[in-house]
Amino acid sequence: MFKKLAASAVAAVMLTTGAFAAGAPGGKVENIDFSFDGPFGSYDQNQLQRGLQIYTEICAACHGLQYVPIRTLGDEGGPALPEDQVRAYAEFYEVFDPELDDFRPATENDHFPGSNLENAPDLTMMAKARAGFHGPYGLGINQLLKGMGGPEYIAALLQGYTGEEKEEAGSVLYENTIFPGGWISMAPPLYGEDVEFADGHANDLHHLSEDVSAFLMWTAEPKLMARKQAGFVGVVFLTILSVLLYLTNKRLWAPVKARYKKK
Amino acid sequence: MGGIPHDHYEPKAAWEKGLAKRLPIVGLLYDTLMIPTPKNLNWMWIWGIVLTFCLALQIITGIVLVMHYTPHVDYAFASVEHIMRNVNGGHMLRYLHMNGASLFFVAVYAHIFRGLYYGSYKAPREITWIIGMLIYLLMMGTAFMGYVLPWGQMSFWGATVITGLFGAIPFVGEALQTWLLGGPAVDNATLNRFFSLHYLLPFVIAGLVIVHIWAFHTTGNNNPTGVEVRRGSKEEAEKDTLPFWPYFVIKDLFALAVILVVFFAIVGFMPNYLGHPDNYIEANPLATPAHIVPEWYFLPFYAILRAFTADVWVVIIAETLTGGIIDAKFFGVVAMFGAIAVMALAPWLDTSSVRSARYRPMLKWWFWLLVIDFFALMWLGAMPAEEPYASLSLIASTYWFAYFLVILPLMGVIEKPDAQPATIEEDFAAHVSGGDAGVTPASQPAE
Repeated sequence: MFKKLAASAVAAVMLTTGAFAAGAPGGKVENIDFSFDGPFGSYDQNQLQRGLQIYTEICAACHGLQYVPIRTLGDEGGPALPEDQVRAYAEFYEVFDPELDDFRPATENDHFPGSNLENAPDLTMMAKARAGFHGPYGLGINQLLKGMGGPEYIAALLQGYTGEEKEEAGSVLYENTIFPGGWISMAPPLYGEDVEFADGHANDLHHLSEDVSAFLMWTAEPKLMARKQAGFVGVVFLTILSVLLYLTNKRLWAPVKARYKKK
Repeated sequence: MGGIPHDHYEPKAAWEKGLAKRLPIVGLLYDTLMIPTPKNLNWMWIWGIVLTFCLALQIITGIVLVMHYTPHVDYAFASVEHIMRNVNGGHMLRYLHMNGASLFFVAVYAHIFRGLYYGSYKAPREITWIIGMLIYLLMMGTAFMGYVLPWGQMSFWGATVITGLFGAIPFVGEALQTWLLGGPAVDNATLNRFFSLHYLLPFVIAGLVIVHIWAFHTTGNNNPTGVEVRRGSKEEAEKDTLPFWPYFVIKDLFALAVILVVFFAIVGFMPNYLGHPDNYIEANPLATPAHIVPEWYFLPFYAILRAFTADVWVVIIAETLTGGIIDAKFFGVVAMFGAIAVMALAPWLDTSSVRSARYRPMLKWWFWLLVIDFFALMWLGAMPAEEPYASLSLIASTYWFAYFLVILPLMGVIEKPDAQPATIEEDFAAHVSGGDAGVTPASQPAE
């Protein structure tokens, strides 16, 4: 298990450098107007559900989401699946139960399984671990003003394949304009139309990349909406408090100042 | 308390008299809260309250976080995610604690630079200044150890780099480093001792904060003119001062509320902006991140640490003179701690008889250059160790030392100070009748 974790972390760190040298060989991470950007942004429940489907059908073959409890798929502010669907979804996975000393079907109280492949990093926090667009000049202005971050990087990476391949030290590398160094060991996971949505939503490469990136933002930051709400309430209350204290202060000091004004 | 004449607490009711005889705690609180405070304090004098608030915020959120955190290399990272996902309000607690550290340092830097500009460090407030510097050192230690606890990549590698600095000390370095880490490398033993100390040090800080307040309550506050409060009689002192409660408590609370609006916006809307994304990857001793960058509040001193490379002439001289005992790495460590040490020595390096830079026409400009230098170092600390950043870091580091070791002693001799107001009352009257009587923001940017 440790070896597996270590290997995935190695791969994760290899990916990380991209956060700094964003798009070494010419690729550019473009800003995407996600529904969850900005102080009032919230997750698009339908988009998260589509992302979950893409994750389940494509990503989960190699990657894991080891920190995400399956039950949270039913949480408000997330994909918000109905209870029976969450339960049905859980059974899709098998988890190792140390008490049984055997595998059993997962329940909604289990976490998603970890990565299946040694060099496939866990994706739980990927959207936050790739949020390093500290440009320009390392000042982080893009992140501040445009809300650019990990999801943009992931979406760009998924669309950044050129189709070139090379073999190096016995493993195949794929050219990717976004990945640092330009060569990534992950085969292109999406080509477009890889997933059919029940509601017939667009499933070209562009849409699939964005949907799965949004889903990964949710896995990284499941309490985003609760947090923004708390932030909003905090800002409003403290602003009111500031105004009241300003008026109190003004009134308190007025007689002191009046003494000198008359002179 | 203190040399400024003022009314003291008089126990009236029988129980008050009885209590005062046995434990004069009400009198102590009264004198502390009603201390005569210069009327003319400006908006840079609010940071003390902000800092006190930060300490309380960090201790309260920290105590709750500890209830859910597991200090073990195998579980620490997962337990933080547990806090973020499963603990009620856990994500807010953690983000408050995380960004609370940043607010703490914003406030402490503003507080320190205010002290440097208005000469608050000068006699008779040297002890206040020294205690303050100790608090600042402990804050840095606490913040550094706290950053290790989530056991992310930056936690691990930051700890490796910083504890490695102690390894650079000649002769005893390696033994010292092993002792600090509890083993040959950053591992479970390190995490456990950092956790223990991260819990302990804030209470040491709280103790020192009381001493810090005690010290300046004995000497009285400095003020923007640097002119002392008149102490001839109570009537005279009252012309220069107002009691801390309610005048300055309300003023400070107003400032705190405004600052907290910004703080809450950051916590609510962009809580990870000030952190490093790599810390959302679990620590891995086998993979070094591309850039190991400390948190923003350490960057100026990190830049100084890295500035003195083996090809800098002072380093070459030091290395030659000591027969290689002081190498570039150790020189960098000495420079980093020296940068804080020279700041702590400011009371004795400053030779001027005038406190406030408001009346020091030359020092004023050198001071603002120091502020720019500080931000430049902060930016350079985040840049990779290559040209042109290396040369710029060296220039900026040199200026930091030059300000304290050359400019402060020299200016007292060559500078001709402007006329100071005779009294604080005069300054206050001029301010009130001249400017807008309402609330005017500080002339300095609040970082």
